[in-house]
Amino acid sequence: MLYSEKVLDHFSNPRNVGEIENADGIGEVGNAKCGDIMKMYIKVDNGIISDVKFKTFGCGAAVATSSMATELIKGKSIDDALKLTNKAVVEALDGLPAVKLHCSVLAEQAIKAALSDYYTKQGIDPLPIIGEIGECEHCH
Amino acid sequence: MDKRFIYADNAATTRVSNEVLNAMYPYFVTEYGNASSIYALGRNAKKAIELSREKVAKAIGAEPSEIYFTSCGSESDNWAIRGTCERLASKGKKHIVTSVFEHHAILHTCQAMEKLGYEVTYVPIDKNGFVSAEDVKNAIRDDTAIVSIMYANNEIGTIQPIEEIGKICREKGVVFHTDAVQAVGNVEIDVKAQNIDILSLSGHKIHAQKGIGAIYVKKGISLPNLIFGGAQERNKRPGTENVPAIVGLGTAIEIATSNISEKRDRVTVLRNRLIDGILQLPKTRLNGDRDKRLPGNCNISIEGVEGESLLLMLDINGICASSGSACTSGSLDPSHVLLALGLKHEVAHGSLRLSISDDTTSEDVDYILEVVPKVVKRLRDMSPLWERILKGESID
Repeated sequence: MLYSEKVLDHFSNPRNVGEIENADGIGEVGNAKCGDIMKMYIKVDNGIISDVKFKTFGCGAAVATSSMATELIKGKSIDDALKLTNKAVVEALDGLPAVKLHCSVLAEQAIKAALSDYYTKQGIDPLPIIGEIGECEHCH
Repeated sequence: MDKRFIYADNAATTRVSNEVLNAMYPYFVTEYGNASSIYALGRNAKKAIELSREKVAKAIGAEPSEIYFTSCGSESDNWAIRGTCERLASKGKKHIVTSVFEHHAILHTCQAMEKLGYEVTYVPIDKNGFVSAEDVKNAIRDDTAIVSIMYANNEIGTIQPIEEIGKICREKGVVFHTDAVQAVGNVEIDVKAQNIDILSLSGHKIHAQKGIGAIYVKKGISLPNLIFGGAQERNKRPGTENVPAIVGLGTAIEIATSNISEKRDRVTVLRNRLIDGILQLPKTRLNGDRDKRLPGNCNISIEGVEGESLLLMLDINGICASSGSACTSGSLDPSHVLLALGLKHEVAHGSLRLSISDDTTSEDVDYILEVVPKVVKRLRDMSPLWERILKGESID
């Protein structure tokens, strides 16, 4: 199993680790049984994701994709964050081993789950905006 | 604390020792003849092979004529199962008894035999990591061709009741094979006293190189070939002999079995310090019985962390270790051994195997015990699962 330097960097020095008190949205995806859980906290100001933090239980790729995903959406608009694909996360990390691609899917889903929670808290139905988040194919 | 380099994955492979390397060296550069050749250079190679065969035989209480060199432990395992099944097929023996926690060289061979119409009984292990001889006895049928139970498990290190199982198989007239790849050099093996019919062993677990193994086949049992070709190994295992590797295996096994009890006592003290040290962390458990285990094996589940992350963090700190996590195996499920012990998936994902050797020092153990708690704390601090475990929430 070969990880890129970027993956190892984001694993050993993960960005935006932690929690946000009174977060505007919290999303959690994955499950313990399959070995990956990602929990993402976001703060939203005027449609901009002003802060984002994560906690992850999982392999090196799970930590690195969480870290990279938070970097890619921090300071961006909700619209931009919703456009973030797992592919973009993988590219930003200079690739992932094939068996680890599901971790990038989890990262994308974690962001969507956090935004979905944000909309729900705003009293807005998230479904038409975000759509079905779906289950990780790896786990199910 | 200065960063050190510590190799604590000796159950995966070992460093080739200087004695072994020195013994091998001439067979690369001066005594490089083909052992089948008639001239002195070839005869010298042949002599070296036969001397190694004697050493391997002596190490396990066998006769030299009962030893064949192979390319690895996996080949020996394959040959034991497939060869025995083929040999006894005409007698209508279409059943294999093995255990749920064998090495994949056995399990996958058994699965291949199932596709050929064989039935396989996989006896369970108990919560301490032992196969019960009684279960083996009850599993044996009139059409059982072979019983294959590993001597010591590669992940959790538990040492199986081999002598008892050997006795049962002998009484029942069933061929008994044991994969002793992890056991050789750690426990005293006597194939005659223990009623072992076929035994697999490997060089690279005992400070010889990778790519050399051997099989002991009791006199009177003629295993059909796995591969065909020249007359090497008395026609039983064709292919030009890997003379340097065979010399290395002979040297390594002689050293490994010359001072087993002294080495075991010394390594066990270090191993117990590792176990006790890591078990001080909350929500940890030792996998496999504490006493009847290989001297160098420490396998602990650490809840709330995932194994691959743990290994990467340890690697950053210069420690080489292993895990039963799914993420390190490339499959979806965590270790079949840990699941067979009854561990939940999420606990099995967080397992750490440290396997030390006679090369390991007390300072190495000090260092590991400094690093592991720090790394575990760091990973737990960022783990949403650990959060839930602390709150006592259900994690299913």
